[in-house]
Amino acid sequence: MVTGWFTGEGEGFRLLGTRCSACASVFFPREDVLCRNPGCPGGDLREVPLSRRGRVWSYTDGRYRPPSPYVSDPELPWEPYALIAVELAEERLVVLGQAVPGVTVADLTVGMEVEVVPGVLNEDAETTWTTWHWRPTGVGA
Amino acid sequence: MTGEVAVLGTGMHPWGKWGRSFVEYGTAAARAALDDAGVDWRDVGSVVGADTVRGGYPGYVAGATFAKALGWQGARVTSVYAACASGAQAVGTARAQILAGLADVVLVVGADSAPKGFFRPAGGDRADDPDWLRFRILGATNPTYFGLYARRRMAMHGDTPEDFARVKVKNSALGALNPYARYRKRVTAEEVAASAVVADPLRLLDICATSDGGAALVLSSMEFARRHGVAEPVRIRAVSTVTPRYPNTVLDLPDIATDSAVAVAPPEETFRASIARAAYEEAGVGPEDLSFAEVYDLSTALELQWYEDLGLCGEGGAAKLLRDGGTAPGGRIPVNASGGLASFGEAVPAQAIAQVCELVWQLRGEAGDRQIEGARVGISANQGLFGHGSAVVAVR
Repeated sequence: MVTGWFTGEGEGFRLLGTRCSACASVFFPREDVLCRNPGCPGGDLREVPLSRRGRVWSYTDGRYRPPSPYVSDPELPWEPYALIAVELAEERLVVLGQAVPGVTVADLTVGMEVEVVPGVLNEDAETTWTTWHWRPTGVGA
Repeated sequence: MTGEVAVLGTGMHPWGKWGRSFVEYGTAAARAALDDAGVDWRDVGSVVGADTVRGGYPGYVAGATFAKALGWQGARVTSVYAACASGAQAVGTARAQILAGLADVVLVVGADSAPKGFFRPAGGDRADDPDWLRFRILGATNPTYFGLYARRRMAMHGDTPEDFARVKVKNSALGALNPYARYRKRVTAEEVAASAVVADPLRLLDICATSDGGAALVLSSMEFARRHGVAEPVRIRAVSTVTPRYPNTVLDLPDIATDSAVAVAPPEETFRASIARAAYEEAGVGPEDLSFAEVYDLSTALELQWYEDLGLCGEGGAAKLLRDGGTAPGGRIPVNASGGLASFGEAVPAQAIAQVCELVWQLRGEAGDRQIEGARVGISANQGLFGHGSAVVAVR
C-alpha cells in the first residue's frame, strides 16, 4: 500500500528514506517533492537506505483492537503487539514500528538496541502485505 | 492594552454521550453565551465556528451551520479546522476580526458528537494521509502515542504509574464539582490501577474518553464592552496558534517518524513549550504570574508533561509538583480546576473553547465549589493533530 518505504530481504532488509542533496536532511517516510528544511535552498531528494539498527526511544502496545483501516480478523481474539519508537543515531530521527511477533513490552527497555527486519502486516488469499518490524538485537529469527 | 478583547459571555452544553447532533449542542451553548453576555443574536456581527469532521458534511461548514440554526441574520461567517486546536483558532480568528475593526461582537462556537471508541481517520484508501497511514500500517491509535509519551517520562524522569493515577484522582475530584462535566464521580488510585491496560503503561482511567459537548463565547472590542455597560470584563490577552519549528524531534500524533536533526540542530525548546512561550510573550506575562492553568490532559501522563512545557516547574519536576499538591486546589498553581478532559472527555472542536470558559468563570469568581481564590491570570494549553499549537491567556 506504500511503495519504496523498504527494500531487501533477510540481513539486507532496510528502510528507505530520502536525503536532500543540498542540505543533507533525511526524510522518512520518504519525501520526494520538496525538502522540508525551511532554511534549505532546495535540492534533489535521493533515495537512501536508513541505518539497520537504533535504540528504543519509547514503546507501548495496543490492548484493544485498533479500528479500520488497520486490518485484523474480527473472528479471532485480539492479540496485542508492541509498538517501538526507535532513535536512529546516524540519521538523528525516530521511527515508529511494530515489534516482531512474540516481543512484548515486558521484553523492552528505553535505550536498548533493536534492528529492523522484514515482517508481515496482514495477508489474505491473494496478497501478503509486508512491512518492517523492530527486533531486539541478539534475538534469533 | 490595545491587543485585548473582552469576553462578554460564556456558554456550554453539558458533556456526555447524548446521541444528538452537534448542531444542537453548539446552538444551546451559543444561546447560553448570548444570554450571559446580554447580547441579542441579531446584534452579533460575526460568527466563527470550530469545525468537526466527525459529524459528517455539515461539520465542514460549522460557522454557517450554527448561524442557520440560530436564525440567518446576515453576520460575517468563518469556519476553522485545526483538530483539537480548532476552538482556540476560532477564538484567535474572532479576536483578529475584532482588533482589525471588522466586527464589534463575535460569537465563537464549537460542538461535536463524538464516535464511540477510538477516533479513526475518514474512510477510503488514502496513502497520502499520515493519519490514515499510522492506522493502516501500525494500528497506532491515539492512546498508543499517549503510552509512548508516558513510558518515555518513566524512563527519563522516573515518573510512575502511581504518579499518573494521582492526576486522575485530582481531576476527577474537581470534575465532581463541575455541572458541565461528563464524569462527576471521584476516582481513587485503586480504581485507576484496577482498570484495564489500554496502551502500556496507561490504563483506561488514565485516558480521556470521547464525548459529545458544546461550548461558546461572545467576544467584543473593549470599546463595545464599555458601551455595553461592562466596565471590567475578563479580557483575552493572548492567543497562541503556532506551528512547530524544523526539525521537530519529538514523535507526535499522527506521524510515523520525526524530522531528522542531521542537517539542522533541533530547537532548544520543544513544540509544546513553544506554544506556551508564544502566549506568554504576547500577553507580557510569565508562568510566575499565573493563578491557574487548564491543560489538555488527553492522558494523565500528558498533563505532567504540560506542567514542564508551561514552565510551572523545571524539566522532570512535574511528578514532584503534583505529589506536593502544587497543582491541586490551594496549591501554588492549580491545574485543570474544571476537571479537565479526564472529567469531560473529548468533544474536539469544543474543548479548547470550553477551556476558555473555565478561565473566564474562574477569573469572574463564578466557578462555585471549584473556585480558585483570587484568580487573576489564567492560561489554557492545547495541541491539535498535524502541528496545531494553541494557548490562550485571559486576565481580569
